[in-house]
Amino acid sequence: MLEQLLIQTINGIVTGMILALVASGLTLIFGIMDVVNFAHGELFMLGAYVGTTVLVATGNFWLALLVASVTIALVGAVIQITTLRPLLGRDPLTTILATFGISLVLQNYALWQYGPVARKIQEPFTGHFRLFYLEYPYYRIVIALLSAAIIGALYLFLKHGTYGIWIRATTQDRVMAAAMGIPVPLVHTVVFAIGAGMAAASGVLFGPLVGVNHAMGLDWILKAFIVVVVGGMGNLGGSILASIFISLLEAYAALWISPAQAVIVSSVVLILTLLIRPTGLFVPTPK
Amino acid sequence: MSARPAAGYWAGFVIILALLIAAPLALPEFWRRFVTEILIWGLLAMSSDILIGYTGMVSFGHSAFFGLGMYSTAAALLTVSPPNLWLALLYGLVGAAAVAVFVAYFATRLRDIYFSITTLVFSQIFYVIIFTWTAVTGGENGLTFRRPDLSIPGLFSVPFTSDTLHWFVLAVVTLSYLVLRRITRSPFGMVLQAIRENEPRTRAIGYPVERYKIVAVMLSGLFAGLAGVLYALQNKFAAPDFVFFLISGEVVIFNVMGGMGTLVGPVAGAAFFLLLREGFSRFFTEYYLIPVGLIFTAMVIFMPQGLLGFLKRRLNQ
Repeated sequence: MLEQLLIQTINGIVTGMILALVASGLTLIFGIMDVVNFAHGELFMLGAYVGTTVLVATGNFWLALLVASVTIALVGAVIQITTLRPLLGRDPLTTILATFGISLVLQNYALWQYGPVARKIQEPFTGHFRLFYLEYPYYRIVIALLSAAIIGALYLFLKHGTYGIWIRATTQDRVMAAAMGIPVPLVHTVVFAIGAGMAAASGVLFGPLVGVNHAMGLDWILKAFIVVVVGGMGNLGGSILASIFISLLEAYAALWISPAQAVIVSSVVLILTLLIRPTGLFVPTPK
Repeated sequence: MSARPAAGYWAGFVIILALLIAAPLALPEFWRRFVTEILIWGLLAMSSDILIGYTGMVSFGHSAFFGLGMYSTAAALLTVSPPNLWLALLYGLVGAAAVAVFVAYFATRLRDIYFSITTLVFSQIFYVIIFTWTAVTGGENGLTFRRPDLSIPGLFSVPFTSDTLHWFVLAVVTLSYLVLRRITRSPFGMVLQAIRENEPRTRAIGYPVERYKIVAVMLSGLFAGLAGVLYALQNKFAAPDFVFFLISGEVVIFNVMGGMGTLVGPVAGAAFFLLLREGFSRFFTEYYLIPVGLIFTAMVIFMPQGLLGFLKRRLNQ
């Protein structure tokens, strides 16, 4: 029993890190431009598909990861310029509607382009190590570390990079940032592209664990939404903690109920959060 | 409001109603079904307009109310024999209302996008429960049942034909429309619109905003459940697909396409969407959502008032 718990702890942290990668892109986009990106799960899914295509063509997993992230970042930039830029300054609810439309298009495009059969991404390496009675793949540990590295890089970029400082300035006060000469529309596009690229990277990283299909974005966007609300909307650190927290809970719950029903656990967390602390569990109490 | 536009309104109302009554007599079987279906989806769209258009809360969880209406109908028709139409209706409404109370209690604590996300997550909880609780709900296969007879207790009882079903649906939808219209014009409806326009001020005036919101969600859920009952009666099954959030998304699409906050608009939106789907699936087969999604996104950007609002402005020019 204890062994099972420990294994589930590791599993939970691994999925938690991937979820954190998805959710931090989502929360970054929300924090800076009040856009709830409904198409985020679809960018995750498309990233995984681009990854499979490149992997089949070149056989190099890392190249696939890079190409998928860059491609989807470009797709994200195009989406931002064509649909979200015209909506700037309107009710944030319209952005939900617009990105919902985009998500329908992308999802059905993937179904049309790649067919309904799930594809498998080959793991870049297949080593195992012994974990109690299990042969635990190294790859899962690598995913967690890589996700952490990408999020860490994002943090450093936001903290010290010129663009990062622009981004934070725009988050704090859009009008003032514009007055100081920061090209706000460009910052918005770049942020959306970064978020999209991160979603794509997590898609490729996650691909080897379950296989890639056109509906995979849906599960993730729901989880990411829960995480973002539980973590405190627009709060990067909060959503990372919430990702790990919720993934751990779901992993433990999966010991007793089927994984399909484990979603209910995270929903219960969401409900409790709304009841007790509607501003989010992992943020300081607003004054 | 002067008497003249009201007279024009009622004239239009009667003409459209007459056309809809005559529809099954003139149309071939396929289109007859199609019109009935538009009416049912239209009722669902109207129910969500109470929230989206009048109270300013975009619900992404209407599939939960709709689906629960369907499943409760199935429960009534499968457990009680002989199957009774009115009992099915009652079960459906009670089922949907119970879910609506639950969702309303939690979701109305939040505003704007948080409300949308919460309703979405709630509908997904119900989806998972229905999908995995195979023993009761039939899981992925759903439940099938026989359609009850059209009856008035003590008077008559005849099996439904597709014509009488259409008229029955039309009667229910028209009645619901009139009730909803009355509600939106009542003092209660005015408060809802005040919440949409300026929530802090409405609260400051002294209205218990939370209570109004909860009632609005319940009301909306009740009518969505009614639509679910009608859909179950038409198709003789209840399936988890109809609890899935894509249905909620379609409902939002109906509202945006037709014009929010007009009650008639969402029905027009439903008709427009179903026609688009019908037209595009001839060329794009199951990928019809690609062009429809593009049109929807374009409408969000360029036509935020929806078809009806757009036409109104054109006519006024």
